[in-house]
Amino acid sequence: MADQERGSEGVSATPWLEPGVEPFVRIRGVTKTFGDFVAVDNVDLDIYKGELFCLLGGSGCGKSTLLRMLAGFETPTSGTITIDGVDMSSVPAYERPTNMMFQSYALFPHMTVEKNVGYGLRQARVPKPEIAERVDDILRLVQLQDFSKRKPQQLSGGQKQRVALARALVKRPKLLLLDEPLGALDKRLREQTQFELMNIQEQVGITFIVVTHDQEEAMTLSTRIAVMDAGVFRQIGTPTEIYEFPESRFVADFIGSTNMLEGRVTETGSDHVDVDTEVGPIHIDQGMPVGDGARVWIALRPEKIRLAKTGDGALGSVQVKGIVEEMGYFGDMSVYKVRVGGSLIEVCAPNRVRPKDRQHAIQWEDEVVLSWDDSSPVLLVR
Amino acid sequence: MAVTTEEMMLNRPSLGARLSRLVQARWQRIVVFVPYVWMLIFFLFPFFIVAKISLAESIIASPPFSQMLEWTEEGIVTVRLVFDNFVYILEDELYASTYINSVKIAAISTVISLLIGYPIAYGIVRSPPVTRNLLLMAVILPFWTSFLLRVYAWMGLLADQGTINNLLIAIGLIDEPIRMLYTDFAVYLGIVYTYLPFVILPLYANMEKLDNSLLEAAADLGARPINAFLTVTLPLTVPGIIAGSLLMFIPATGEYVVPDLLGGGNVQMIGRVLYNEFHANTDWPIASAVAIALLVLLVVPMMIYQHYQARETERR
Repeated sequence: MADQERGSEGVSATPWLEPGVEPFVRIRGVTKTFGDFVAVDNVDLDIYKGELFCLLGGSGCGKSTLLRMLAGFETPTSGTITIDGVDMSSVPAYERPTNMMFQSYALFPHMTVEKNVGYGLRQARVPKPEIAERVDDILRLVQLQDFSKRKPQQLSGGQKQRVALARALVKRPKLLLLDEPLGALDKRLREQTQFELMNIQEQVGITFIVVTHDQEEAMTLSTRIAVMDAGVFRQIGTPTEIYEFPESRFVADFIGSTNMLEGRVTETGSDHVDVDTEVGPIHIDQGMPVGDGARVWIALRPEKIRLAKTGDGALGSVQVKGIVEEMGYFGDMSVYKVRVGGSLIEVCAPNRVRPKDRQHAIQWEDEVVLSWDDSSPVLLVR
Repeated sequence: MAVTTEEMMLNRPSLGARLSRLVQARWQRIVVFVPYVWMLIFFLFPFFIVAKISLAESIIASPPFSQMLEWTEEGIVTVRLVFDNFVYILEDELYASTYINSVKIAAISTVISLLIGYPIAYGIVRSPPVTRNLLLMAVILPFWTSFLLRVYAWMGLLADQGTINNLLIAIGLIDEPIRMLYTDFAVYLGIVYTYLPFVILPLYANMEKLDNSLLEAAADLGARPINAFLTVTLPLTVPGIIAGSLLMFIPATGEYVVPDLLGGGNVQMIGRVLYNEFHANTDWPIASAVAIALLVLLVVPMMIYQHYQARETERR
């Protein structure tokens, strides 16, 4: 049923690019201070229907505070939050069209799984037979139908997490808020649950806002990510935009690993910029509004760099020589730290061939050639 | 194999070392053992003496009761067990009605204390840390003054010529003093006042563990504050309510000082009856029988409490 609703509305896959589409959640100039501490600093944000939006940032960046303001547990010091066209300023938490999945799950310890999940429906005075039916359905969705009579303390971490999800979903909220939903799970379970969460989101078709400090989680889950730091958004964009087109050194550093090279602009054109760095001149085949001689930074992802032994004939337009100083073997790939002049460049390369005689082709202290495409380096001015 | 005594001496740990090893290995048992020995000497042993006296006859002698074991002339030991005392306190209506009255006063006082103490404990838990410590201090503060002194202070407040009546007359609210001292009201007031901290503290300890995110979850799921309280806070604080109630009810039933000083002769509670039998009537066996009966009466709720606690621990 939820699927049909969604289909009939014809929601675009990228609503934030469509002109005239009303945002579902509208955050305008929202500030929250605790005493002298500014947790959220005058932020604006639009989130659209059907999105799985991630608020990503380190601890204390204000992401949880923002989520709690959406849920109604905190009141903004200033600014407005509108959900589905309704100003939330005077709407208490218990009347909001949102449900939250808590980081600690916050399951009621004195109630069975069934009672926990049905709690919201009982509060809404839904008729008993309907409660039973809906609880049953949602428990089947999260594959916990056999655990309905258990108490929370008799469940594993992953099961508790699914109960918390079911409890938040059963009321069919317009907006589901998830606070570090997978934080307490181990890596394997987390990966599995990520996909489960995406499937559920597609099935029920409601808008998700996820708070996380885990960039991998944000990358796999979301339609868009807002990178938060010190109460403000550093960048808002799709996972690809955030990863491949960071707008600042902060974002480039925060997401994944990056080689950050400082340099000065030597030449600018409409279709290229040349930068002199400590590893040599770097050519970027993209114009940027920067002046000659300006101080800039080049961000280069480790996996964008190819590595070959000297003389093997490396590909790519840029080539620099270096010495392998450190190596890390991960099976499917290897990470190398290569000394180039005064810099240590991190390179990540898939292990495409099986090593001959059980010896890796590239060893410590080997002289290597690094190369990359002109489109790979990202020029940053801040 | 020639092992010299010297070597043996060397291999053998010193007495001190062995002793400390023994203490280390057994320290848990020793720690548990000490309070049990204390209880054995100062509770269980006196209890058996009282139980023994309750099965004796009152005589005019010193001590004023008959001996349990007697040597007959033929050199045979005879055991004399007299159950008359228990039969007597069962038959005489005074005792039964006093028991019921004691339980009634203790129960009503406990309910009143819960109604007062629950919001206080909740308020303390919900206040910011600095205020919380001050409020907790305020709850414990009365213990720094003698209990007897505080009851005497209430006498001064409640008396016909006491502070409250004088004040009310002075401001013209009443013409005649209101009778408060030596009434049921004074006894209830005194018991509630005395035992309120014993209700607040276990409730506080219980509520402090309450995860605030549970209340947020309840609100998030659409529960109004009153419903969140009834469906989450109240059920989760039941252990605190039970602990506080029993901690108050059991000693309040046997309370002597408050009914004696604030109730005068008008309010009969078992503690006073016991005192009178012992001192005014010098009937040790009857007094002992009353004490034993009181103990049995109070052991039942204690056992309920124990049972509940055991079930609680099992559930965790």
